[in-house]
Amino acid sequence: MTDMPLVRTSREEIEVYRFGPVISVMIPLLALVIQAFVPVKFRSFAIFDLPLLVTIFFAVARRSQVAGMLTGAVIGLVQDALTHQAIGLYGIAKTVVGYGASSLGVKIDVENPGTRLLVTSGFYLVHQAVYFLVARNVLGVAMEWLWARTLLAALLNGIVAIVLFGVLDRFKHST
Amino acid sequence: MENFFSRYRNASLLVLLLVAQVVGLGVQVRRRTEAGGTRLVRFWVVSAITPLERALVGANQGVRSVWRNYLYLRGVRQENRDLKAQIERLRIEQVRLSEDAAQARRLQALLGFKEQYIAQTVAAQVIGSSGSDQSHVIYIDKGANDGIKPDMAVITPNGIVGKVLRVFHGSSQVLLINDPSSGVGAILQSSRLQGILQGTAAGEVMLRYVMSDEKVAAGEPVLTSGGDRIFPKGLPVGAVQQTNPGSDLFLNIRVKPAADLSRLEEVLVVTKIEENIPAEPAGPVRAADILAERLPSVPPKPPALAAKGTTASAATVAKPAATNPSNSATAASTSGAQPSTSPAIQSRTNGAAATAKPAVGGPEPAARSSGEATPDTVAKKPAAKPAETAPAVGTVGGTAGTATKPAVVQPAANKPVGNGEAGRTKAIDSAGQPVKPAAPPQPPSGEEVPR
Repeated sequence: MTDMPLVRTSREEIEVYRFGPVISVMIPLLALVIQAFVPVKFRSFAIFDLPLLVTIFFAVARRSQVAGMLTGAVIGLVQDALTHQAIGLYGIAKTVVGYGASSLGVKIDVENPGTRLLVTSGFYLVHQAVYFLVARNVLGVAMEWLWARTLLAALLNGIVAIVLFGVLDRFKHST
Repeated sequence: MENFFSRYRNASLLVLLLVAQVVGLGVQVRRRTEAGGTRLVRFWVVSAITPLERALVGANQGVRSVWRNYLYLRGVRQENRDLKAQIERLRIEQVRLSEDAAQARRLQALLGFKEQYIAQTVAAQVIGSSGSDQSHVIYIDKGANDGIKPDMAVITPNGIVGKVLRVFHGSSQVLLINDPSSGVGAILQSSRLQGILQGTAAGEVMLRYVMSDEKVAAGEPVLTSGGDRIFPKGLPVGAVQQTNPGSDLFLNIRVKPAADLSRLEEVLVVTKIEENIPAEPAGPVRAADILAERLPSVPPKPPALAAKGTTASAATVAKPAATNPSNSATAASTSGAQPSTSPAIQSRTNGAAATAKPAVGGPEPAARSSGEATPDTVAKKPAAKPAETAPAVGTVGGTAGTATKPAVVQPAANKPVGNGEAGRTKAIDSAGQPVKPAAPPQPPSGEEVPR
């Protein structure tokens, strides 16, 4: 655990990370495959959103808004393609999250586990809210906003993010 | 303007991306109402993801197979014993149900009732899901190459699962019945109330559009009604779990699906459903007939030998059971009709044979000796439809002079009989025609019954 302050004080403190092309493709792909495969055996696993966590991780590590939103858009659209709903729902939600996470990564320290928990939980709520609004208002899908379930899912995703980000940290290279 | 875009480059790009996707959504919604079809991006993604999922499923199965088949064998012998006992129970039940089914077919034929049959299914393995709580779909490893088409029913032996939504070359997307966009015609088994089965956002299954003044008991089975033209009628859906009065005119009926939708491994895709009127059986079939059908058959008797038998007082000629030497030995010491191991059939025989006491639980009857009449003679399924009052098991032989048409009884030969099953014999006349069951004659009083 480092004693770094949560808020950056100068541009010099910002460290931008890069990933190899193989990692950039394989990790999101692996997240999508696991997300699609594990719920077949354990339905409750669907409460997690590994593609969202990967989106947040890449966005905050690269600290580039363009890269963040594009990563989010691509991962979201691929996730959409696996559902039976119209393509674009997850795409829009993850584009917003990618943009927001990369913007936040510039301003705060996201290496801290506590910050990671808060950031991930917060962006999970944003993601669900955007999805809900678009699905309900654009597509007219009958959906219910379940507060208890959504908050629980946000917390669980935040906890998983701490572990996952710790593993993914090994693949990033500082520039 | 140039300054604006360069200053807010990232924000502009975000807006552009979002607008493009919203427009894309709008286009899809419009096209969905016009025609179906699969988006190219969906095709690419599924083609890329499903091979990986297939490999994962294969590896998972390999490990489980080794564990279950070679390592973890605890309790297998006990399970084997239990299953054997269950098979015996089910065999007995099958006889009863076959009679009910035959009766149902007769009634359906009389009413011109069209029945749907599942004529063909394709077994498929579940290889993936959407991975989302908002979309309750699964992927199976069979696609267009295997004859799968959209809107085919997907079931398990326990109950229905869903319907095929999209078909790819080697995989298909199946919409589960607990998805909010799913709809299945359903009927409550005992009250015969019909409704529509729909999913909820939470993944529950609800039976809608049952009026609130109806009484629905918890635990009542729910079946498919066939009204959706996807699922054949009568497939199990689940059971009523909870019933609440809804805010409108209808009840909120929560149904627990019969198939475990959260742990699907193998499913069946119904690829062919036939609809026809069941053919009426040739004659009345009773439990005894069905039982007789299960008994070993006999080869036809030569006419010459059959004619010989007409002179016999018992009007029956029996051949020895060649495969059972003990029978011959026993037969040598007997002079009359011998008992059968099938009391149900034997109790219907008449005359001298009818009075023979069965050796319950005994081996192949000794009555199958040469020249002796056997009591377990069955006039099975006569060509002409007999009267409703005619006994299922015909009367053969009888005392001298009681039978106007002498019959030849051909016992089971060359077939070993075991497990309490008696040999089946056919009662035929000299022309080789089945004997019509006759009224049971009374045996002469004081007649000695040989054992």
